[in-house]
Amino acid sequence: MLRPAAGGQSSVEAAGDTIGDVVKSLIAAHPGLETNLVDENGDVRRFVNVYVNDEDIRFLDKLDTKVADGDEVAILPAVAGG
Amino acid sequence: MAVYDSILDLIGNTPIVDVSQLSPNPKVRILAKLEGQNPAGSVKDRIAMAMIEAAESDGTLSPGRTIIEPSSGNTGIALAMICRLKGYQLKIVLPESVTVERRQMLEAFGAEIIPSPGGEGSNGAVRMAQWLADENPDWVFLYQYGNEANPTAHYNTTGPEILRDVPEITHFVAGLGTSGTLMGVGTYLKEQKPDVKIYAVEPPSGERVEGLRSLDDGYVPPVFEKWGGMELLDGKRIVRPLESLEWTRRLVSDAGIFAGPSSGAALAGAVKVAQRIDEGTIVFIVCDGGWKYLSTGAYTGDLEATADNLDKIIYF
Repeated sequence: MLRPAAGGQSSVEAAGDTIGDVVKSLIAAHPGLETNLVDENGDVRRFVNVYVNDEDIRFLDKLDTKVADGDEVAILPAVAGG
Repeated sequence: MAVYDSILDLIGNTPIVDVSQLSPNPKVRILAKLEGQNPAGSVKDRIAMAMIEAAESDGTLSPGRTIIEPSSGNTGIALAMICRLKGYQLKIVLPESVTVERRQMLEAFGAEIIPSPGGEGSNGAVRMAQWLADENPDWVFLYQYGNEANPTAHYNTTGPEILRDVPEITHFVAGLGTSGTLMGVGTYLKEQKPDVKIYAVEPPSGERVEGLRSLDDGYVPPVFEKWGGMELLDGKRIVRPLESLEWTRRLVSDAGIFAGPSSGAALAGAVKVAQRIDEGTIVFIVCDGGWKYLSTGAYTGDLEATADNLDKIIYF
């Protein structure tokens, strides 16, 4: 989803103890992502979903959600079915 | 058995089957509510009927009028059955990336299909239907994503049926599409039994839809926001195509339930919940039968190849 802004890569390595840190390190490495990912308050944008090991962080601790080595973080646009 | 006046009288009151043989935890029961038993074959019969009746009673819909609606399949098929009987013209904006069976069912019921670009997925179909509705103000746009009758149908029927049949329910799991099932059932259950937890399962949405180029294409249904989805849900997880498929096949092989791949995703979510809790009773929604997915190889094809195939179609 972030491929165009992340230099064409579909997955990247990122570091941090929380999702907030991971997002910051992603943006530092790929500045094009910033406007895609977060709003002016630094919160994840409304139409963007962030998952840690497939769980939506909005229902965990949001950007304070802890991540450990090897955890998989997915960033996807919200999609409606029906 | 009673003799019914119309096929439409068979909507709702679906059966619940114990599939605890699939539970990873002997103290957690898993129960499947079989929405594929509805006459047009999916959970969407309920909301299609409710949206049409609401539009009839407030006067927006009258005989001879044309209805337009975006749908990846099930809502369209349910509307098509009802419109056939009630004499409304129906136009369905259908992404090109759906299974052939969905298109055939719409055609069987006489709906007109307006194709939308497959790469833009359901979100693209919503945009196109919105545009067509604006251009043709005489058409009736039901808009399932924002229609109160959608969650209300589940609040009035699906939720009460579940509590009537499974008063011991502790957890409810369903797929998140328009969010109508989760909002309606979830709100009802929490009103009646505040300790019940509500979990959403999302079909994979990223790699699958090639045309979605940017996060700006994201879409949150108005129903989710109006019904306070953020506060109502206790968790939400995404289920990958391979995992959906594996559990869809387990439903067939271990429980004899022939269901569509999004039901496998809901079951995968229920199993995750079962692993985490000590004891309880989980009800999950089997939203449709497997008939419309036979062409994908979902049941007998090579697992990896079929998962890859499912990644490119819209089945939710």
